[in-house]
Amino acid sequence: MENTTKITAACVIENGKVYVNSKLDFTAEGSASSLDFLKAAYTHYQLNYPKFYKMDSLCKLAMVASELLMRTNRINEKYASEDIALIIANGASSLEIDTEHQVSIADEANFFPSPAVFVYTLPNILIGEIAIRNKIKGENTFFIFDTFDEDFIHSYTDSLMNNDKAKCVIAGWVDFYEDKYRAFLYTVERTNEGEAHTTTNINKLIDNKLNFERN
Amino acid sequence: MEKETWIDGMMMKGKVYVAGDNVVSSLGFTSEENFAHLKKMETGVKRYNDASLWMEPLMASRVDDVRLEREFAKLGSSAGFTRLEKMMLVSATAALSENKKIDISSSRTLIIVSSTKGNIELLDKEEGKRFEKKRLYLWETAAQVARFMGNPNKPLVVSNACISGVLAIILAKRLLDEGKYDTMVVIGADSLTKFVVSGFQSFKAVSNEVAKPYDAKRAGISLGEGCGTMVLTNDETKLNDAERILVMGGASSNDANHISGPSRTGDGLQMAIEKTLSEAMISAEEVDYISGHGTATQFNDDMESLAVANTQLGAVPMNSLKSYFGHTLGAAGIIESVMGVHSMRQNTLIGTYNFEELGVPATVNIIKDTRAEEVNNCLKTAAGFGGCNAAVLFEKLTSRARA
Repeated sequence: MENTTKITAACVIENGKVYVNSKLDFTAEGSASSLDFLKAAYTHYQLNYPKFYKMDSLCKLAMVASELLMRTNRINEKYASEDIALIIANGASSLEIDTEHQVSIADEANFFPSPAVFVYTLPNILIGEIAIRNKIKGENTFFIFDTFDEDFIHSYTDSLMNNDKAKCVIAGWVDFYEDKYRAFLYTVERTNEGEAHTTTNINKLIDNKLNFERN
Repeated sequence: MEKETWIDGMMMKGKVYVAGDNVVSSLGFTSEENFAHLKKMETGVKRYNDASLWMEPLMASRVDDVRLEREFAKLGSSAGFTRLEKMMLVSATAALSENKKIDISSSRTLIIVSSTKGNIELLDKEEGKRFEKKRLYLWETAAQVARFMGNPNKPLVVSNACISGVLAIILAKRLLDEGKYDTMVVIGADSLTKFVVSGFQSFKAVSNEVAKPYDAKRAGISLGEGCGTMVLTNDETKLNDAERILVMGGASSNDANHISGPSRTGDGLQMAIEKTLSEAMISAEEVDYISGHGTATQFNDDMESLAVANTQLGAVPMNSLKSYFGHTLGAAGIIESVMGVHSMRQNTLIGTYNFEELGVPATVNIIKDTRAEEVNNCLKTAAGFGGCNAAVLFEKLTSRARA
């Protein structure tokens, strides 16, 4: 069907595995830590973006997921920068790097707060990093949920697209805390290709079971 | 342009009204009390010697603990709440108490929480012992508030740096237009903690004096804390006798330039302002008042002046309230919007405390002294870390003939 919203691409990263459009694309299950896994993925995919090393773990995760999403679906070549929206959520906000900042200020005798750390103590910084890397300038909002609220994200994405607030939405979840991580990002566009943008299909893409091959 | 929807047999044309509000800050515990101080140009920013916040004297705007405890005690709760949650409960309860037609227990009422750091002080080992660990999560803070207020819906949480409050109001307006809900209680709160103070100090972004927004001698921000609540509805029958104020539209954007500094050209904020004016169907000449972000950092105020001048708003009276409340982070957009609404209700433009001489690259019309003037609308702008910008426009229902 033409002119309805469609899920056009997806990248899922969890448990030492990277999936692109529901297909396993890279695995490094033996990584010593979650951070080691992200660095291995960065090297494997030759992302070639030295800023990656300055980022906190949450942004590193967002960067790998968004880079692979953009490689499989070059939306920034299809849409004007202000027509792409970023609607991303997580559960733990920036608590991973917050803890690092807290450690740096907990001890009066060893007090060393750093601007390079503090700047990452906001979850929407990962939206900023994706925006900078891909020159995306549209609507952007970071939500915090206990678990991903596919009903809300689905209806808000459609509302942005139906009301001409965006022509393409990058939506999803990027969470990293206490060595546990999970990311899934997907693109929603108004096109006659792709799978219908429904909560059922969002749940399928999260489980890497959405069939992107049909079209 | 306006979308017509039929809900329960009543036609709505996308009108979203302000149905109640409150501000808890260094300047008071009601919107009226806060606004009275602004009218007299009295700041809430003071010098504190408090080693629990910073090892040196710190200029900041803080909510009075004794009064907070007293106001919270009136709510009759025996459960344990954090200081931030107490501010939120006191503020939201006060906002609802002025409008008995709002039903917080309705399934068509939703709470939206805006905060950057929530209960971050619980990361401290000693503080953290007082609550279970999940209280660190913003969704749990919001759930605690919703439960106490007696709202049946899972609240939404927006955490998008210093535009969180403005974004939450825009989100509320959009969700009301969709028609699933008829009332939104938008609560923005952040507290002043060692976590936040040390971070901004590490950036060397904190002024040794009260912040001087847009001034040639500005030297950084003053930090603050507080809570703002704005109740919005699409149901005109839920309004009390106060003058009708509408949320006309809003937009967000990203500079895609730098995570810790704004665009040098102001193009991101310019885009958010242009989209907002377009949705509100208002021209630049018709804007009566801009409530700016005005953090008093060099980069922010420079950027903002360019965005405002480039949208042909350079002659519009503009202020920043950061020299009254300090920068209240996730609360700022809501506290400053509530004060903007009161400027409209009282037809009063608030002078920018501590502003003396314009020191930004583009000419903007900073209000120096408080004065009486007809204020039919208010454009509220915000910008934040991560390159984000947002704008929202409020307008009196009576100010333009509406079909």
